[in-house]
Amino acid sequence: MSLIELKNVTLGYDKHIVLKHLNINIEDKDFICIVGPNGSGKSTLIKGILGLIKPMKGKVVYNGLKQNFIGYMPQETKVDSNFPASVMEIVLSGTLNSSHSIFYTKENKDTALYNLRLLGIEKLKNKSFCDLSGGQRQKVLLARSLCATSKLLILDEPSNNLDSKSKKELYDTVVGLNKEHGITILMVTHDLDHNNLIGNKVLSLREDDIFFGSIDEFVRRVHND
Amino acid sequence: MINDILEMFSYSFMQRAFIAGLLISLCASLIGVSLVLRRNSMIGDGLSHVGFGAFALASVFGIAPLEFAIPIVIVVSFLILRLNSSNKISGDSMIALISVSALAIGTFVISVTGANTDINSYLFGSIVSINEKDVFVSIVLSLLVLALYIFSYNKIFAITFDEKFARSIGIKTNLYNVIFASLCSIVVVLGMRVMGALLISSLIIFPTLSSMQIFKTFKSVVISSVVISLISFVFGLITSYLEATPTGSTIVLVNLCVFIIFKIISKFILKRS
Repeated sequence: MSLIELKNVTLGYDKHIVLKHLNINIEDKDFICIVGPNGSGKSTLIKGILGLIKPMKGKVVYNGLKQNFIGYMPQETKVDSNFPASVMEIVLSGTLNSSHSIFYTKENKDTALYNLRLLGIEKLKNKSFCDLSGGQRQKVLLARSLCATSKLLILDEPSNNLDSKSKKELYDTVVGLNKEHGITILMVTHDLDHNNLIGNKVLSLREDDIFFGSIDEFVRRVHND
Repeated sequence: MINDILEMFSYSFMQRAFIAGLLISLCASLIGVSLVLRRNSMIGDGLSHVGFGAFALASVFGIAPLEFAIPIVIVVSFLILRLNSSNKISGDSMIALISVSALAIGTFVISVTGANTDINSYLFGSIVSINEKDVFVSIVLSLLVLALYIFSYNKIFAITFDEKFARSIGIKTNLYNVIFASLCSIVVVLGMRVMGALLISSLIIFPTLSSMQIFKTFKSVVISSVVISLISFVFGLITSYLEATPTGSTIVLVNLCVFIIFKIISKFILKRS
């Protein structure tokens, strides 16, 4: 079953076109790595899927998923290292797309706790964000994204600025979310190449050469080039 | 001393200054939390200079100052928001440009037209100039700010912490930015009466910065900022009356003391680096 379909989508800013005529089908339970050099339009594509920018042409179709129920983890959240916020305050804010009352409900709090437990960081819930390590911070932001969705996570370079141990841990967590909890994952990544990609599909953006298919096909293509 | 304080409140201009100043301090601290944490606090400073320019023009042309200054400052605040999001010129330099230009326009028109205006009271505030209309507008403003905070507190947190994420889950961040810019403009224009154009941004910046030295969650910073802001205002106003010091600068100095005390507590008692 397809979750999101991009039908002949062209994306860009003002008059400047970044990506042309994209036709992509994101299937339920896919784990897609988005790779490509800087400026190839990885972040633009994500903004298009999230509806933060409107397609110049074509359309994005959502099946059984509302646009604002996508769990998004922005690239390097520009958070001041002194930003005063508790982990619980941050994670709860992920439930705002399903909360319609002034205050957070019991249900919202349960969702937040459930996701903290899922990522094994429940004991951090009353800690302040500024006292956490880089790896812990990324997990908190991941928990917040999970609160916003039960189906699709979009991660924009989640492992930036992490040491290799925290990186591996984060990737393992994401793989687990996909395999054990059936969450579809779309992940922009810089530090994985054709040798160590994770997931089942690759979307490679390289100027006019766009590839979308399985990891095996991608690896074969890289070797043939 | 109690008698002196009681005497102070027997003057009607003091009562007006007290009510308006207290409400403006409340609003400035609430708006300030979001501005400071998003690193936009210079917007408050820039807008205060625009307010000065607008007050000067209003007095030269004999127009009611509040009715003239509030819309102008709101329009400029929208302009700054737009420039900030377009990234063409860095936000900082743009704000500096707008603010010095407004200051220049203000002093220029006042001296060229030879208007009988006390520039000093615009720059450093004058509590005797606070009239009933100012008090009324501050009451309305504080109701609006309180309503915004009570009804949208969680969304304000989400936007302040991470605007991109907030947009992705469907929060209308642009609408909130416009509301914040408008309320900030009104706070600045009203606050200029008490604090003056050069000092009003202190009410926006100090309480949050002081709170952040000690408190580490958003909620505690919000509450602490409001408390610091209100106490500093009351203490500053009373001191300035008793010691015959300028009100605006006395309030700023009280805020500065609070900041230093909090910094010391954070460094030496809580041992934070």
